[in-house]
Amino acid sequence: MFAYIVKRIAVAIPTLLILIIISFLLMHAAPGGPFTSEKKYPAQVLANLNEKYGLDQPLWKQMATYVWNIVRHFDFGPSFVYKDRTVNEVIAQGFPVTLVYGSISFVVATIVGIALGAVAALKQNTWVDYLAVGISIGAQVLPSFVIAPILVLVFTLWLGWLPGGGWEHGEVRYVIMPVIALSTAYMASIARITRSSMLEVLTSNHIRTARAKGLPEWKVILRHTLKPAMLPVVSYLGPAFVTMITGSVVVDMYFSTGGIGRSFVDAALNRDYSVMMGVTILVGALTIFFNLVVDILYAWIDPKIRY
Amino acid sequence: MTIDTIKMRRLSESLAEGEVRGRSLWADARKRFMKNKAAVAGVIMLVLVTAYAFLGDYVAAYTYDFKDFAIMGHAAETGAPSWSNGHYFGVDNDGRDMFAVTAQGTRISLMVGIVGTVIAVIVGTIYGAVSGYAGGRTDGIMMRIVDILLSIPFMFVIILLLVMFGRSISMLFAGIGLLSWLNMARIVRGQTLSLKNKEYIEAARATGVPAWKIILRHVVPNLLGIVAVYATLLVPDMILTESFISFLGLGVQAPMTSLGALISDGAKTMQYGTIWALLVPLFFFVVTMFAFYFIGDGLRDALDPKDR
Repeated sequence: MFAYIVKRIAVAIPTLLILIIISFLLMHAAPGGPFTSEKKYPAQVLANLNEKYGLDQPLWKQMATYVWNIVRHFDFGPSFVYKDRTVNEVIAQGFPVTLVYGSISFVVATIVGIALGAVAALKQNTWVDYLAVGISIGAQVLPSFVIAPILVLVFTLWLGWLPGGGWEHGEVRYVIMPVIALSTAYMASIARITRSSMLEVLTSNHIRTARAKGLPEWKVILRHTLKPAMLPVVSYLGPAFVTMITGSVVVDMYFSTGGIGRSFVDAALNRDYSVMMGVTILVGALTIFFNLVVDILYAWIDPKIRY
Repeated sequence: MTIDTIKMRRLSESLAEGEVRGRSLWADARKRFMKNKAAVAGVIMLVLVTAYAFLGDYVAAYTYDFKDFAIMGHAAETGAPSWSNGHYFGVDNDGRDMFAVTAQGTRISLMVGIVGTVIAVIVGTIYGAVSGYAGGRTDGIMMRIVDILLSIPFMFVIILLLVMFGRSISMLFAGIGLLSWLNMARIVRGQTLSLKNKEYIEAARATGVPAWKIILRHVVPNLLGIVAVYATLLVPDMILTESFISFLGLGVQAPMTSLGALISDGAKTMQYGTIWALLVPLFFFVVTMFAFYFIGDGLRDALDPKDR
């Protein structure tokens, strides 16, 4: 087990480095430097600027400095557009918000998804099943950027129950719609995966044995069906996490929650390369870390896995 | 994200054994597909949407870049869908004719979906087949590369690409193509692994057929089933990706548009009362998505008689 964890970490680190290098090279290959503007700077000013941001160094050295600053000081450097802010400050401002509604969505989606899928599987081919499958198919073709406007239309414009945007330090009324918009899509996926996985487990031999030896039905379901049926769900958590992060961009844009996605899109529109890179690398690091955790969790649940 | 791994695995198992049934597999599949009501409905829906996307321009009374200044500014009162003034789907807040604009947006979205999928099919199939057939260390390295690329948050990289090299349709295609082939390569590789030990492959190898010829002649044709199913399910994924980027205002640029951009525009202006500017593109988006999912599901069930 320990060797397996070490091996997984050994793979995760080069992945992260490759991500950093790709985004760095992309930024460098982009036409026009950060100081290209309508108004030409005098040569001396440009030289000073380049020196301040280290752009006069050879490429490999810039890259090495960049990577080193991230690894050593967790420092993503200054913003290229806002002279008074560093990338770290931009991230520190938006990230906690994303984390709050992201985690809530993640928990809600997982619990509701598993419950919906399990109920559908246990009542296969009844109206409960059809309803659950219908909900999950519907939710699948309704991504966050479709659900968000519909929610606002119904709950803000027509019913007037919930505010259409804002954050207000995470007051409940402001959190409800972002969480629904973000969680629906992968709640649906989790429900579908749970359902087909449960159906497969329910027909297997060990369930027949468990029933034959007279175990109470709740025990058969909780201990012998749900646990093995969770394996594909656990392996879906990694991709689900990525879906959630990308979805948070839409939530931030649409509900003005002020999370990290907003900073990313603003940076993209302002061509603030260093902020874009910082966010991309942070999100990539989180994704890689999360995949690592899921892999280890998976190995721990499934005794069949080879280390 | 939207693809059911368990069903895909079952399909892959049954297709690997499938060649026992010989030539009748595809004929059987067609018969089963035609019996599946949802799948046939999907095909009909898709044909209608495609017809609208490509022929809508000839029916529309206005072009997609025309702005109706008589209605612009008070679209909420006078811009509702109407037969009499030729704006069949209404006019949005910018004075655009929704019928023409939505036809154009649907066309772009369909094209992005199909181009992305074609790239995925070509690159993914070749990559996966070579990796699976080669096996051993080559396979290990090739799959490791895919794993590494898969754990990169691609949506962010596509946006990075679009911003840095200018927003153009070709850049969008490049970005989406970059991401779409990865899962395809994985699925194809898994299928190739189980095909590789079949007797006919062994026979080909014994008679001295070169490896590339075995891959093209014997492996790839037997992969078609799973590739077809996965490709149909991939199209909506690609459309979703493009719409997502366009929704953020980073995709195609005006006067060109796509379903995502239209949904975004409609959502921004719905509080002024032009609700049709949101509902029309939303309707075509949802119908297109459903159509592809139904067809994909139908194909999967049709090619996999065991999975009932």
